[in-house]
Formats: sequence, structure tokens, C-alpha cells
Amino acid sequence: MSRIELKNIDKFYGSNHVLRNINLTIEDGDFMTLLGPSGCGKTTTLRVVSGLEKPQNGIMTIDGVEMINADDAYYAEPSKRGLNLVFQSYALWPHMTVYNNIAFGLKIQKMSHDEIERRVMDSLKMMRIDMYKDRYPTELSGGQQQRVAIARAVASSPKLLLLDEPLSNLDAKLRIDMRSELQRLHKELGTTIIYVTHDQVEALTMSTKIALFKAGELNQVATPMELYNNPIDLEAADFIGNPRINLIPGRAEMKGGELVVKSELGGHTFPAGHLTDEQKPMSGEFDCVLAVRPEQILISREPVEGALPVNVYASQPAGSETIVTLKAGEEEFLSKEIGQVHYDIDQKVWAIIDQDKINVYNKETTRLIKRAV
Amino acid sequence: MAKKDLPRKPLTKTRLKNLILNVLRNPFNMIVLVSLIVLFCLILIPLLTMVKSTFTLAEGELRRVDGNVGDFTLYYWWYMAVSNMSKAVLWKPLLNSFVCGFFTTLISVPLGSVLAWLMIRTDIPGKKLLGILVTVPYMIPSWTKALAWLAVFRTPTSGANGFLTGMGIPIPDWLAYGPVAIVLCMSMHYYAFSYIQVSGALRSINSELEEMGEIQGANKAQILRHITLPLILPSVLSALVMTVSKSIGTYGVAANLGNRIGYYTLATRMRVFIDQGPQAVGYAMSIVLVGLAALILMSNQKAIGVRKSYATVGGKGGRSTLMPLGAAKKPMMAFLAIFLFLAMVMPFFVLIMETFQITTGAGYGLDNLTLYNWIGTVDEAQKYTNYPGIFQHDEFWSAFKNTVKLTLIGSIITAICGQFLGYISSRGRGKWYGNLTEQLVFVPYLMSGVAFSTMYFSMFSIPHLGGLIPSLYGTFTLIVLTSVVKHFPFASRSGTANMLSISVELEEAADIAGASFWKRMATIIVPLAKNGFISGLMLVFISIAKELDLIIIMMTPTTRTMSFLAFTYSQEGYNQMSDAISVCVLLFILVCYIVANKVGGADIGKSW
Repeated sequence: MSRIELKNIDKFYGSNHVLRNINLTIEDGDFMTLLGPSGCGKTTTLRVVSGLEKPQNGIMTIDGVEMINADDAYYAEPSKRGLNLVFQSYALWPHMTVYNNIAFGLKIQKMSHDEIERRVMDSLKMMRIDMYKDRYPTELSGGQQQRVAIARAVASSPKLLLLDEPLSNLDAKLRIDMRSELQRLHKELGTTIIYVTHDQVEALTMSTKIALFKAGELNQVATPMELYNNPIDLEAADFIGNPRINLIPGRAEMKGGELVVKSELGGHTFPAGHLTDEQKPMSGEFDCVLAVRPEQILISREPVEGALPVNVYASQPAGSETIVTLKAGEEEFLSKEIGQVHYDIDQKVWAIIDQDKINVYNKETTRLIKRAV
Repeated sequence: MAKKDLPRKPLTKTRLKNLILNVLRNPFNMIVLVSLIVLFCLILIPLLTMVKSTFTLAEGELRRVDGNVGDFTLYYWWYMAVSNMSKAVLWKPLLNSFVCGFFTTLISVPLGSVLAWLMIRTDIPGKKLLGILVTVPYMIPSWTKALAWLAVFRTPTSGANGFLTGMGIPIPDWLAYGPVAIVLCMSMHYYAFSYIQVSGALRSINSELEEMGEIQGANKAQILRHITLPLILPSVLSALVMTVSKSIGTYGVAANLGNRIGYYTLATRMRVFIDQGPQAVGYAMSIVLVGLAALILMSNQKAIGVRKSYATVGGKGGRSTLMPLGAAKKPMMAFLAIFLFLAMVMPFFVLIMETFQITTGAGYGLDNLTLYNWIGTVDEAQKYTNYPGIFQHDEFWSAFKNTVKLTLIGSIITAICGQFLGYISSRGRGKWYGNLTEQLVFVPYLMSGVAFSTMYFSMFSIPHLGGLIPSLYGTFTLIVLTSVVKHFPFASRSGTANMLSISVELEEAADIAGASFWKRMATIIVPLAKNGFISGLMLVFISIAKELDLIIIMMTPTTRTMSFLAFTYSQEGYNQMSDAISVCVLLFILVCYIVANKVGGADIGKSW
């Protein structure tokens, strides 16, 4: 139940500039995911919010209260920020039982004994691990330790919950279980959550908003579907989505406010309403890149009007879906079809591509110039 | 990543206030500050004081040098290095030190390395027992080995027969005393150092690396030459450097085996000057010793540099296939058996038996056996002696008490300091205060025991800063202080390892939960550091109990320890009693080690 504002945050380690002018607002009740490859600054941002790192520049407020003001060298202590943190390593104290791990922070807040007992048991029950309260962390499995770490973080009813790659140490199946668990937790507590991950599936499935990092800078902040449908630049497009997005080179030209594009996918004319404000040459041809998600390419075995005649290069059935590699001229691209289908190699088929779903990028700036709608 | 300079901020009033508050509110900063001040006072200031006193004229030399007390002078350095005395004062002992150090290294490094290879990489039988036996010599103080050597090889030159001369085998003096004896005794001690280093390196080599060589068609000798040896070379080199620098500075062995025939090394010669003056010459020699050690260690770092160690444990970890010795097994076993017999069994058998003899070297007939040396009173003595058996002698019990007191107090203080210093260097890794702490703490490591205590001796023999630093000469406090600071490098290394094993995130989690620094210390760090603390404590304990070199200069009649008493008795010719005391010291150390091993899981391999 809080609104966090980061303004112009800069963080240096020695002369290493790890956070560059981060501006981010997290609305009350958001499930904000910080997403990006490793070393891009997402964990550092989380630690700045928590108070474990002190940025050299910038201001942070929580609910309008100043927590960081680098100009005044003012940094509120972590415990005064009304938040709690789940570490990637869980950081459970190995010499304390599960119960004491959770009660530790409450005891420091000098709560009454009954209140502590009630809160510990509530959070243990919520995470469905109340039967393990007298065990030591080493006597629990990874998934159970994970639950203890979360229970410990929520027991103090923080206004803001920070999670640092909490699922990365779990196996694939547990990870899916914990994803739904975390989503439920977010709904039940109504707490603002900041969640750090490099796993795009986690980000897309759980968040209400995603902040995509790139080399210490914020690249794009958007809802998961907006991020998926309209990645702001080629790098973001390439990072999000599995199988990866198809990138096809082409030539583009602005004609009468419309964008005319030629490529191996054929000729397209995109109306002015679908174009972004990003910089592009207003006259003359320029290099562009067309991006199409594999699931947006439908395959027809019969000729269809407006469809692109292509050859099947390879076909990979994977049970629930089939990935087909198609070839048009010199360009290869993927199509994803739900279900089990069979195509012969070198079979001639027709690819149906909805031009509204195509993204177009300016190759020179790598930025998005035509949105999918 | 593009570099951008750190932002410079205007210094406003609020900013200044907050900057100061940020530092003051964090007790960690205070601890770092206090530790750095203490380290400066205990390590840098004594070193500088000693250097200064070698350039300051003292009262004793007024007859020979013009000037007043306290004047700047080069007399001491001139006397040591250039005067017509210099050959006897510096150059001859220096040469002797180098000779001893060189040959000790020449014997002990290959010996230790081969033993390590046999124990780790081959299928030699009885490894568990052998492994213990091979490391036992390291627990035994080196001066005890000198006494054991004397028990076997003593000649009438020093007044009594040893085991061999007693059997009618003529032993020349050059074998009994002097460089040969010193080199062999020190080799029997320092080989364990190479053994521990090299076996550690060998253990970390994945045998897949060697198997890959085999698949490529290399034979055993080629594999050893081109794969195994280069991988352990950094460890061998660092063992080599340690052995050289330690053996050059060793006092106990050189004094026991050299002094009686006038064979002096730098360390033993230095003590003569400290005892008889001019002391500043002794200090100057001590500085030479420190400089030598620093030079050797630095050249090591230069030579090995980044190749300090290889990350040899890769992937699936160290599954290790042993090399079958085949036909060489029996000769190797015989070699080990003979080695262990000669290096351990025989000398210590002779040493222990001597404590029951009336006349040393006169055989083990019933008429020559007595318990006098242990429990006799003066009126029961069969030969002329002033001393009763050690258990009847107040001097022994006072030394026993002093030893226990010193080891207990010293090791507890050292271990606690070590954990604190370890906390600072582990949490300050890569930060200026962490590096500074590590470097300061490392300084005592450069100094041999005698050189280090000489430094403290010079610092505390007279009051400094108008009595702010009192004269501690002759006090038990000074001995404890010396032992504590000398063991800082080791204690803080074990403290650092201990603290590194406690993840910073455990502390951060408590920080977020609202625990203050002291609360975190009490509830998180101390409970988790307990085990590592106990094992570190035990190792320091043993190390201090063994010590002779370090405290010998500080000894006064009321502060004598068992080690020193044994040394004095031996110098005075009370060989049997000297042996009896060293047997007591050995038992004390062994009992402590067994307790340490059982209680704290301490490993002798981590001690030095």
C-alpha cells in the first residue's frame, strides 16, 4: 500500500557506473517486475530501494516521504522504510528454527508475545508450512525454505515487499507452483511488490507492470502485454518471447504520412495512426527491420489471397505445439502452430501475416517506428 | 561501460550534517577506526621506534662516540656493517643464516613434496596412520627436535655423552653441533610445511586432467612432468619461500646446536647484542632480518604473480584415481618406514629414555636408570647437582603455571581479535579499510619470532611519549602482548575465513528486520561464528604453547615458561631435566591438539 518514486538515481561502484539515471514510479498495489539479463542493474535497483545500497545521485520517496536524498547525503535506514525483502539465497538464519526466523523481526519491533505468535502462525499458515515451525532451515527442502523466506518477509506486514529472483533456485515444476502462490499472495495482501528476475516468463505471467533494464538504464516500462506486443527497440524485441521473434530486413519510405515497406514478406503500407513518434527519415528510403511473432504467422496449405508463398524448411513438433521454419527468398522465419501438424520438407505453403500485428523498427536507431495494434 | 566521474556535490549544511551522522550512526565505522588505530599502535609504531633507536645514540656508547644521548648517529649501522667488527657481527652470521636456510630448503621442500605426492596420489597402504605420523613433527616445537638431536649425537665437548657416543661410536663435533645438525633438525621440522602446502594443491587437482594426458598418449613420467608438476608449482614455490624465510630467522634450533661451539646465525648473534649491548646493534640486525623476509616474500609474489593458484577444481569436482606404485611399492614403504624411524621414533625414544638416565649415553642398564629427574629431591641425588627432579622444583611449577596462563590468556585474546579483524577484512573486501587492515595485520608475518620480539623489547624497555606508553619490561603483560600481536596474521586469516562463510545477506536480512549493529552481532554473527572461533582458538593455543623464539628475549625469572626453562637447563648442562620438561611440553601440546581436534574439529594443516 505505497507508491514509490525513484528520480534520477545514479549508482557507482568505484568508477563503474551501474545505475544510470533511473526514473521509475511504482504505483500503489503494483506488482512491478524488474526484468533484464544478469548484470543490468535490476538487483542493484532493488537494493537501493531497500536501503542496502546508497546511490550517489537521486531522490526516492515512498508515499511522498523522502527516503533517499543523495544531495543531502540522506538515506533512511532500511528498517525505517516499511518494507521487507526476500533474498535470492533466502538468507534464512541457520541457527534459528523456522518459528524464530520469522519471529526475529517482530521481537525487535517489541511486539507482545501473543501478537508475535499470532502473526508467525498466520504467515506460516498462509504459506502452508505451519507444520515445520520447529525445524531448522537445513532440515527443509529448497521449496520449503523459499516459503519460510516469504513468510518471514510478510509477517511484519510490510507496505512494500521486495523479491530478488526468489524462484531461481527451484526446479521447473516448483517454480510454476510458486508463481501462482506469489500471485495469490499479491492479491490477498494487496501489498506493492517489486520483483527482480531475468526470466521473462515469470515477468509476463505475474506482473502488473514490467521495467525492462538494459546495461544500467531503464529501457521500457510497460504492462506485460504491451511489452510483448510492442517492444521499444530491437534488443527488447529479441529478449522477450520464446521462440524468439522473427526479424526480417526491409527498406522503408515515408509517403504521404504513411510508411511503405518492402521486404521478403512482400510490400506493406502502414497508416499514419499506427506509427510512433520515434525519429525516422521523412524522405527517401531507409533500412528497417520487420518483427513478427511466430504465433502471428498462420500457415495455409492452399493458396490464399494476400498470403505469401513460402517453402517449409524444417518442422519441429513438440507435442502441444509445432514450430515450423519457413523460407521466403533468402529469409528464414519461424511460425508457431498450436497442436500437432505435419509438413513435408520443401513443401510449398502459404503464410498468412496480419500486417496490423507487424512491428517495424528503424535499423539505424533500432527503435520502434510502427506499433502492432 | 562508459566511465563517468563520480558526481561532486556542493557541501550544504544538511549534507554535512547527514554525512557526519551516517558515519557516526554506524558502529561498524567506529570499530574499523578503533581497530586501525590499535593496529597502528601495535605494529607500525613499534617498527618505527625500533628503526629510530638504531639511529639514536644511547648512554652505553658515549665513551666511544662523541655526542649526547639522543643525538642522531650512524654508529650502530657503521659498527654492524662496516667496522672491523662487522665480519663477526653481521657478515659471518648472515652467511651462516643463508647456508642453513639454503640447505634446509634444499632438503625439506623436495622431501615434503615427495611425501605429499606419495600420500595423496599413489596407492601406498596405511595412509590414515601415515598421514597422522607425517604431520606429527609439525606439532612438535622445533627446539624440542634440537634437544632430541642432542640426546642422540651429544659429544663430551658439551660435557656429557649422547646415545651414540655412549655406545662407543665416535661422533665428530661437526656432526653433533653446528650447521649440519641445524640443517637436519630444521629440515625435520619444515618439511611438514611443504607437505601440507603441496598435499593441499594435489588434492585439488582433478584426476581427469591427468587422465586426459593419458588419453593423449603421455606416459607417467610425461604426465608428472607436464601436467602435475606445473599445476602444483605455485604451492611448491610458496612453501619454498616460507621455508627460506622461516629457517633464516629461527632461533631455538640454532642456539641449542650452534652456540656451544661458537657457531652463530643472524638470529642468535642478534640476541647476544640484545643481552649484552649495544642493543641498537641488535635492533639493526633485527631490521636486516625483517628486510630479508620482506624481500623474499615480495620476490615470491613477483615471480608467481597472477599464477598464484590455478582454479583446478572444475565441473564435477575432484574424483581422483590413484596411481598404482606397482613394484615400487615396497621400496617406497621402506623409505617411509626408515624416514619415520629416523626422524621421529628414534630421537624421541632416546629423548624420553634420557629423562630416566643417571648418566646420559651410559646405556639403559638398571643401574643407570632413575626417576630422580622427575621426582627426586636434592638429598637423593647420586651425582652432584643443585636441582631436584622437576616435579619437586618450584621453578618448574612456576614455569608450568606461566605456560598455561600465557597460552590461555594469549590465545583467547588473539582469537577474539582475530575474529574482529577477520570481520573487518571480510566485510571490507576491496574497500580501502579492508585492504589496509589486511596489510597491517600481515606485517608480523614478515618477522621471525626473535626479530618481532626484539621490536617490542625496544618499544617497551623504556617509557615513551612521557609515560603514555609505560615501560613494560619484564612484565607478563608484555609477553602476552607480544604473543597476541605476533599471532594476528594467523588468527585474522582464520577469522576472515570464518566470517566469509557467514553470508552478508544473513546480516542484511536482520538489518531490514530492524536489528541494530550490536543486535546483529549478538544474534547472528556470534552464534554462527562460534565453531570457527573455537577451532581457531585451539590452533592459536597450540602455536603459543610451542613458542620459544618469540618470548626468549622477554624472559625474566618470574615470567619463565616451560619452553624457556628447558632451553636454559640444556644450556646449563642439565640435559635430563631439560628433556623431561620438553616431554611435558610435548604432552601438553598433544593433549591440547587432541582436544582441539575432537571439540573444535581443528586441523593441524591450517596451523603454522
